[in-house]
Amino acid sequence: MALTNEIVKQKLSDKFGDQLTNWEEPYGMLTFTAPKELNLKVLQFLYDDETLKFQFLTDLCAVHYPERKGEEIAMVYTVHNLADNLRIRFKVYTDAEKTEVYTVSALYEAANWMERETYDFYGVHFIGHPNLKRIMNVDEMNYFPQRKEYPLEDQTRIDKDDEMFGRGGSIS
Amino acid sequence: MSNLAHQHIGLPKGSIEKQTTTLNLGPTHPATHGVFQNIIELDGERIVSAEQTVGYIHRAFEKLAERRPLYQITTITDRLNYCSSPINNMGWHMTCEKLLHIKTPKRVDYLRVIIMELSRITDHLICNSIVGVDSGAYTGFLYVMQYRELAYEIYEEVCGSRLTTNMGRIGGFERNFTDTAFQKLEKFLKEFPKGWKEFENLFTRNRIFMDRLIGTGAISAERALNYGFTGPNLRAAGVDYDVRVHSPYSSYEDFDFTVPVGKTGDNYDRFLVRGEEVWQSLSIIEQAYKKVQEFKGTEADVYHADVPEYYLPEKKDVYTKMEALIWHFKIIMGEIDMPKGEVYHSVEGANGELGFYLISDGGRTPYRLHFRRPSFIYYQAYSELTKGAMLSDAIMTMSSLNLIAGELDG
Amino acid sequence: MRPVRFNINPKEANIANSIMMGELPDGHLGDGFFATKLSDVVGLARKNSIWPLPFATSCCGIEFMATMASHYDLARFGSERVGFSPRQCDLLMVMGTIAKKMGPVLRQVYLQMAEPRWVIAVGACASSGGIFDTYSVLQGIDQVIPVDVYVPGCPPRPEAIIDGVLRIQDLVQNESLRRRNTEQYAALLNSYGIE
Repeated sequence: MALTNEIVKQKLSDKFGDQLTNWEEPYGMLTFTAPKELNLKVLQFLYDDETLKFQFLTDLCAVHYPERKGEEIAMVYTVHNLADNLRIRFKVYTDAEKTEVYTVSALYEAANWMERETYDFYGVHFIGHPNLKRIMNVDEMNYFPQRKEYPLEDQTRIDKDDEMFGRGGSIS
Repeated sequence: MSNLAHQHIGLPKGSIEKQTTTLNLGPTHPATHGVFQNIIELDGERIVSAEQTVGYIHRAFEKLAERRPLYQITTITDRLNYCSSPINNMGWHMTCEKLLHIKTPKRVDYLRVIIMELSRITDHLICNSIVGVDSGAYTGFLYVMQYRELAYEIYEEVCGSRLTTNMGRIGGFERNFTDTAFQKLEKFLKEFPKGWKEFENLFTRNRIFMDRLIGTGAISAERALNYGFTGPNLRAAGVDYDVRVHSPYSSYEDFDFTVPVGKTGDNYDRFLVRGEEVWQSLSIIEQAYKKVQEFKGTEADVYHADVPEYYLPEKKDVYTKMEALIWHFKIIMGEIDMPKGEVYHSVEGANGELGFYLISDGGRTPYRLHFRRPSFIYYQAYSELTKGAMLSDAIMTMSSLNLIAGELDG
Repeated sequence: MRPVRFNINPKEANIANSIMMGELPDGHLGDGFFATKLSDVVGLARKNSIWPLPFATSCCGIEFMATMASHYDLARFGSERVGFSPRQCDLLMVMGTIAKKMGPVLRQVYLQMAEPRWVIAVGACASSGGIFDTYSVLQGIDQVIPVDVYVPGCPPRPEAIIDGVLRIQDLVQNESLRRRNTEQYAALLNSYGIE
């Protein structure tokens, strides 16, 4: 019988109990939250289990929520079961200062560069990653640009007057 | 296949005892399509290991998207896979429609299918002809670029621009397709099959081309799935995963087409899969065109969904009705009502599954927009694909993977 | 329905419309000889045999491919042989966005070119950063190398790229033979940090 969101939720709750919280289904995709330490275990379970078989990692990214103190950076994993055509998403939250999350690149090779990109933009350290260095930005950059506190524009450019572009300047 | 490829030419005794040579296939190289760097360790002509460096054209799309309201993001989605930008635009509009719970009418869906398949054809056209150029055959590229010009003329009729099209609006298109656009489409449908047949005659059973590509850059289906391959690269490895079939969008379930699948996942299979997908896309365009012509009378004037909150109302309504004026103002200023939520939508781009992960917090711009870029994900596998291969095979692998630098770095 | 009627009945090509005689430079024409200034002859020879180096990074590179293909054909103007080695080329065509990570690479390519060399910035991103006013994009390549002609557009039409190359040809034709040794040129290069 076809895999549905309820079956996935049931099996996950049986295995992990109430460590997995915040079950939602925005726009039809099952979403839940797991504690930071369990991300690899949850993914391993989703990979190995006979009925679940989520063996394709579609996406891995991070989101910065500056208002949630203590849990600012969310890692979002989207996995896909190709045979039964079901996608689910789960999130883990981690602190902005001490961002350490277990890497999933041993399970999915696709996660290797996606985690490097997340490190480059948000500063999330992946424990056990084979080659965690910056991928998109210049190696000498010393901040993590996609966090909300940093501006989009390069602050050292001299030819573009922010006032003319409608931001900052004397009219703020 | 000659067996010279399997002989290992060792260095003569007494020569320099250095083990491997480091070669920098640098960011600017005629064979790299766009700017990415490979640092290759060579043992004679054979590659021992390769390390890729990307980010030479990082334009910070995701942070840029946090600054712009939904309509202004279409222009940056253009520049992701710029060989087939209408697909990116349509994918983005469909993501917004999913977020805003908008359902598009059938005629809009069929028109979108025509445009998306046309851009898929143009992308495969470029990829396959550049595989030819990289193996030394420039003629095929010149022959097929003529047909890309025909496709550009069709885009110009629809949206005004050739390459970075910014085509369509949330809910449909900005104007109805004119008669001229359909005439140009008919011209394309008549002339292109001959041109593509000519191109295939030059390459597909060409002894030199086959010797160059068969057996190089192969990957098994399990490794390809683990690496997150999608699109023609995955289908050449044997897995028939196509987003148009698995999660149909824009009424793709109404069309009858097959998905070509390869066997070994090597460069030749990728070339053939793309070539066959062009024929399938042509058949889809013909079916869609027939279906569009079945709409008669007032139904033939439908080119957008009836959602005045998100799609600019007609000017005559703006000047006379109050709500239309308010919506017009809100849309132009970017203050449309966005519901809170997160949505993931993906389309079958020409090189793989292009996904948009949009988190909205009710403000005027997205809270977070992440692009799942297929080129980025499958370029990781390049070091595995070229391990033990000759240097010239590595060049062919790079060009047959269809890497688009704009999408790689984003 | 908007009455658009472009290019549905294209005119047949006529060779008489496509040939233009080149302009003879000022000089003295005699019976079997023509005397003119050396710089005019050198300018004429140089302008019709420019070898470009396409430094194509992104979308403008695809429009460049369309320009080199048979429909718009840059080769008619003498740029048949595009070279990828900076040592052999005259014109550096920078097409596409240059990120900060790419800036030193671009500078290295420019430094390897031999005099006389010209630079054309094709597209909005190369001219001024384009729509990418971000932390990672160089806001115009004239932050790192001197530029002769800017072609705006996003991407510019092939006709615009050809127009840019024709403007470069005007510059090449009218350039003084001593320009590259003058102090002003040395001062220009110094302002970019190039000795």
